[in-house]
Amino acid sequence: MNAIIISAILGVVMMYSGVLTKNTSAIRNVAIVGLIVLLGLNMAEGCGYQLFHINTKGMMSFEKYGLLFNSIAFASTLIYFLLSGRDVEKVGVYVAEYFALIFFILCGVAIVTSFNSLLLLFIGIEIISIPLYILTGADKRNLKSNEASLKYFLMGSFSTGIMLMGITLIFGATGSFMLKGIAPLVTGAADAPLNVWLVSGLLLLFISMAFKVSAAPFHFWTPDVYDGAPSVFTSFMATIVKAAIFVAFLRLFDGAYGEMKGAWQSIISITILLTLFIGNITAVFQQSVKRMLAYSSIAQAGFMLFALFGFNDFAKEGIILYAAAYSLATIGIFAILIKMKDYTFEGYNGLGKSQPVLAATNTIFLLSLAGIPLTAGFFAKYYMLAAAIKNGTQFWLVIFAVLCAAVSVYYYFRVIQSMYFKTGNAETATITPAFKYVLIVLAGIVILLGVFPQLLLNQMYF
Amino acid sequence: MVPVLLLLIPLFSGLALFAVKNENSVKTLALLSSIVTLAVALYGMTCANGSEYLIVNKEWLPALNSRFHMEIDGMGKVLTLLTALSFPIVFAATSGNRYEDSNRFYALMLLTQAGLMGVFMAMDALLFYFFWELALIPVYFLCSHWGGERRIQVTFKFFVYTFVGSLLMLTALIYLYFHAGQNFDIKAFYNIKLTSSKDALMFWLMFVAFAIKMPLVPFHTWQPDTYEQSPTAVTMILSGVMVKMGVFGVIRWVAPVLPISFYQYGDTITWMAIIGMIYASLVAMQQDDLKRLVAYSSIAHIGLMVVALFATTKSGMQGVMIQMFNHGINIIGMWIVVNAIEQKFGTRKMSQLGGIAQKAPGLAILLVIVAFANIALPLTNAFIGEFMMFNGVFASTVTSFNVAFTVCAALTIILAAVYTLKMLQKVLFGETSAVTAQTTDISFSVKVSLVIIVGAILLFGVYPKPMLGVTNELVDVLLSKMTLTMGK
Repeated sequence: MNAIIISAILGVVMMYSGVLTKNTSAIRNVAIVGLIVLLGLNMAEGCGYQLFHINTKGMMSFEKYGLLFNSIAFASTLIYFLLSGRDVEKVGVYVAEYFALIFFILCGVAIVTSFNSLLLLFIGIEIISIPLYILTGADKRNLKSNEASLKYFLMGSFSTGIMLMGITLIFGATGSFMLKGIAPLVTGAADAPLNVWLVSGLLLLFISMAFKVSAAPFHFWTPDVYDGAPSVFTSFMATIVKAAIFVAFLRLFDGAYGEMKGAWQSIISITILLTLFIGNITAVFQQSVKRMLAYSSIAQAGFMLFALFGFNDFAKEGIILYAAAYSLATIGIFAILIKMKDYTFEGYNGLGKSQPVLAATNTIFLLSLAGIPLTAGFFAKYYMLAAAIKNGTQFWLVIFAVLCAAVSVYYYFRVIQSMYFKTGNAETATITPAFKYVLIVLAGIVILLGVFPQLLLNQMYF
Repeated sequence: MVPVLLLLIPLFSGLALFAVKNENSVKTLALLSSIVTLAVALYGMTCANGSEYLIVNKEWLPALNSRFHMEIDGMGKVLTLLTALSFPIVFAATSGNRYEDSNRFYALMLLTQAGLMGVFMAMDALLFYFFWELALIPVYFLCSHWGGERRIQVTFKFFVYTFVGSLLMLTALIYLYFHAGQNFDIKAFYNIKLTSSKDALMFWLMFVAFAIKMPLVPFHTWQPDTYEQSPTAVTMILSGVMVKMGVFGVIRWVAPVLPISFYQYGDTITWMAIIGMIYASLVAMQQDDLKRLVAYSSIAHIGLMVVALFATTKSGMQGVMIQMFNHGINIIGMWIVVNAIEQKFGTRKMSQLGGIAQKAPGLAILLVIVAFANIALPLTNAFIGEFMMFNGVFASTVTSFNVAFTVCAALTIILAAVYTLKMLQKVLFGETSAVTAQTTDISFSVKVSLVIIVGAILLFGVYPKPMLGVTNELVDVLLSKMTLTMGK
């Protein structure tokens, strides 16, 4: 509860700070301090310290799991602010508003990790989506940014419509918005003759969530939007937002799909298959690193979907670890990408010589995305594979997934090859020492989680 | 204690080297670090098997039941000694080579050593996988940065090949983990019982990973290119130590864990290996480039180890273990000669060389001994290993083709003699060519490293007892485990 209210308040504070001062670095500092407060209060709630006592009538519940994810999301955002905060200022003149929108998104994140009612899921998703539509179009003199924003808005609205339709059908069939109210009926329906309304409702809900996490075949918006949006906002939406929606997906699946999870496995495995295949194969052919990262985020979503497929203790722990590993690495890669003059692979040629720190940390992040041991990405992938294997069925899907992971090495390592083994003159914007220190700390966290993942996972229980 | 030292000395000195700038001090420090590692490994050899000095078992990932469990058993002793011995020799022999950013080169070399040590000592499947991958990463950077003209594509092919194999192995390891009661320890893996179809699937998933590393035909296509394009110091490590990871992996993680499929597919794999041996030997005969010749000859030698391994006899298995060491030493010797020739004459083409024996008698004598070891003549270490392996194959009771296997495999010894002697003839004797006319003998440090290798070749050729002694017990244990499972 702390997180939801405080982040909403901080959003308003940020808007007013834009009125009071035009000094952009002051605004940024306010945002950073606010975020630290938010993170602290969210952690405090994990220890039982609640600022607000509001009766939600069972529509929300705040468990360790959701709070831990909130902390990860806020901490990632903090690193994101520290690394790319200055680049937010360069997008346009409404700096305070950009920060405000990000805080509103964080509010939505806190809602979707704690909802118990489908209505709140809907509200949370909308609170996340609408600011994102605006941020995508933030670079308003850029035609590509405008196009991306419009595309995102139209597609997003359709999917929201589908979600509402699904919720309506479910309500019609069960008479309840609450996960607890739906689950027994779904379980009961497993034996009884098929309730068409209920099943279609669940299916529509599944489709709309798959759209939001950019799972194939609902992924078509992702490359254009990620490519068109200002890079610093792509970084945010490809990481924190995406991971949050995954957690919501898992929560929804856990709650509403009851004992029928097994019946969904064939649908989920087809989705995984398509997502991994399309994401990885298309990423191979990209010439721009930014667009490659868009496809790579689709491919990574394919791996995260294993959490739904496996659905056991490994999956629940794994998605937390995956969210952290993937977000941290991708934020780092984007932070470096934003500093590059040229976004193509050739633009990275010779970065190892001109900016050794950037190249070395970037390598660690890329290795983490590829799932090489000693980085957080390895254990993230490990947990997902273990979740699927423990499930016991469809071993072929796991083999397919690891082959796709091998394909992913191709495009991640292309960046490494450019940086170290090709000669060139990679041009970057000016790099401050502080930027380098934050990158080094971030790389340190990635490696630390790659050796002792329990540092994070134990937080779930204690 | 010993395992920790063997891991941490190269690891920390490797990391420290990134900060050292002066080229000479980098070389000295790297050599020093590897000599200290060698001293520790030699101390490890003297400890009794199972001694507490050789075991480390600490908590690592309690939630996954994976422990930091490292132990040097008989095979571990042989291979850690090989790893520890090869690095100082390689450093000494290539001390004349100049590298751009030499601190990074040597740092990555030492990190490779740490990874290799981890692979040979890990007794926990997840830990094993960790090091298995980690050993690969520095090699990727070494080959891509300091290699020949086509280095980037070639190294990438090598990396993807092995990475696919490793990931398949990872899925198998996770599957086995759940069937061992969610435990990664090798002792728990011994008790796994699977249905025959799953057993076979897991066997192949793991075997492919190891076969790629060895490499076994038809998974070998990365190998000649990589050996050719890598900087020679890295090629020495790749062929001397790294390919042993494949054979080692089969002995430690496949044979005792999945013995049923091991027996069942033994004949298939042996035929594959024999075809590969003959093919590689024939290809080796056609090569003009010295590096490619040694690369193909290595495929043939590894093939023989596979044949002996799947014969599942005591003599064969013990032969494989000591031959891993011997082959590592011998092939590093070959590479040192190749490197010396390349540094001196600027070419590796046999057609451009000739008459070196008159000009550089020291090099010639040492090369002849190393080459004899490559053909496994008596008095050389390889003779002992190959004799035991052939003996094992011939006496094998698990296959009805034992005589055929022995005959076909023995054919490759003749072929090895053909290409090795032809190489000697072209390089050492005959008329001096334009490039070799004005030459002097090899430098002191190369001579020292070659003398050490020749010393080891002759020593273990006449007195193989220490190697046989340390591996004896382990082979008995392994074989009894495999037959026990068959009995059930």
